[in-house]
Amino acid sequence: MAMQRNTFTAPVLSLRFIPVWRRNYLVWRKLAIPAILGNLADPMLYMLGLGFGLGSLLPSVAGVPYIAFLAAGTVCYSTMNSATFEVLYSGFSRMHVQKTWDAIMNTPLTLDDVMLGELLWAASKSLLSGLAILAIIWLMQLQANFWFSLWIIPVVALIGFCFAGMGLVMNAVSPNYDFFLYYFTLIITPMVLLCGVFFPVSQLPAILQNVSAFLPLTHAINLVRPIMLGHMPTQAWLHVLVLIAYGALGFYIALGLTRKRLLC
Amino acid sequence: MPVLSAHNLCKTYGAQTVVNGVNLAIEKSQCFGLLGPNGAGKTTTLRLLLGLIAPDAGQITMLGQDIPRQARIARQRVGVVPQIDNLDPDFSVIENFMVYGRYFGLTATEIEQRIPALLDFAGLANRADAKIQDLSGGMKRRLTLARALVNDPDLIFLDEPTTGLDPQARHLMWQGLRRLLSQDKTIILTTHFMEEAERLCDRLVILDHGQLIAEGAPRDLIEQHIEPSVTEIYGENVAHWRSSFAAQFCLRHEYVGETLFCYSTDGAALIQNLHAQTGLRYLHRPASLEDVFLKLTGRELRD
Repeated sequence: MAMQRNTFTAPVLSLRFIPVWRRNYLVWRKLAIPAILGNLADPMLYMLGLGFGLGSLLPSVAGVPYIAFLAAGTVCYSTMNSATFEVLYSGFSRMHVQKTWDAIMNTPLTLDDVMLGELLWAASKSLLSGLAILAIIWLMQLQANFWFSLWIIPVVALIGFCFAGMGLVMNAVSPNYDFFLYYFTLIITPMVLLCGVFFPVSQLPAILQNVSAFLPLTHAINLVRPIMLGHMPTQAWLHVLVLIAYGALGFYIALGLTRKRLLC
Repeated sequence: MPVLSAHNLCKTYGAQTVVNGVNLAIEKSQCFGLLGPNGAGKTTTLRLLLGLIAPDAGQITMLGQDIPRQARIARQRVGVVPQIDNLDPDFSVIENFMVYGRYFGLTATEIEQRIPALLDFAGLANRADAKIQDLSGGMKRRLTLARALVNDPDLIFLDEPTTGLDPQARHLMWQGLRRLLSQDKTIILTTHFMEEAERLCDRLVILDHGQLIAEGAPRDLIEQHIEPSVTEIYGENVAHWRSSFAAQFCLRHEYVGETLFCYSTDGAALIQNLHAQTGLRYLHRPASLEDVFLKLTGRELRD
């Protein structure tokens, strides 16, 4: 009988991930401008369309103009989407279709290095998308205080890390691209509707509010929205810890599953 | 001391033992062949030797390092040409070298210094900025080999390096491999082309159902297992010829499909007899590694 090898041992992390990160960065750089504009278009249309269209019908939401309320949600969910798309579709291409991971693992690098590189790259890339949206928000003066709103930048990086780690789990178990649709319809889209992107969570029935409290996007928005509106988030450390926990746990599970998938 | 040695390697998946007690010792500057039908355990053996998967039993030492524990250190001096091309399609030829070299911790200057020789080796000096999609199958294969040399490895693994190549591209690949052997590199090669193994390998093993069933130099294996001359006889009268003459002219014969394989010492008398027959066609040739392979692993399909 085969020994059942435990693939869920601790990650072996080192700076060897840097060439992997850099490889992805160099590919992205070739198409950076169209990529940024492409990532920007969709959330901008929603923010401007809903912000002005729907916003003109509303007196104010949570005490501010609707578009200012929506701005924080837009930063969070587009960062989430960017990180998720990167580890799901692009990551799966590199792992399964192009066999780029296999090529890398024939060098002194290991799967742990590859996945850490992918995690941090997806977080970096989604930070860039988040920053692009922030730039528009700053231009439109939707923030309460520019200097204070700079705190959003590290939060965006954390959101990217969180959803990259979670997405890598899907990457580890997916047989093909079509499988990712489940993740979007069952996880990502419900989160966009339950976590306060478009309207305050307090508008939801109590039971959904309870569900919402466990979802990472809620904690992301609970950090970004107060900062956008110029005040300190309440229970900031709790929200930070939840985002770190989702990302780190996701990465750990994803690494164990991917070791089983590729190295057994 | 061997460049690579494996002792009693075993790897099991569920109830299936894929590698079962394999022993290998590969000396420096040798070309070592790992042959076997599909599913014999060749690719699993290669993955074990590279330290990508852990064996259920057995020891491996590669370039003085314990595998898989010290595989990272050993792979610093190893090059790998995989069965399926995994060149980076998002980069040009030169960028592929740059990106791959960095995985070995090489600096940009070090890689840049090596690129002209690598391009020359791959015969791609005038395609340095080409996209991977624009290269032919043979070019991609040579580039994959050149990429595996970016760290100037002592030991090179090649998993079916010429599968899918036309004869011109195949001969060019063989030239490249001979050049590497003349530079004292050690090569481990898997292939389904017995002619390729016969030409290139100093020593080889045949693996079947996870076990080594033969080991030696190609010439020695042929001498050991097959009579010196082989005649393949086919045509409408082959069954009749077989019953009348086979016992008289062949040391050993076997009937496969429509063809009679006749094994003899030199075949002169046999050829004389065949020449006088009608309704028969024949091919007379020296015994080859393919005869050994088919004798030892059987003629049934393995996929």
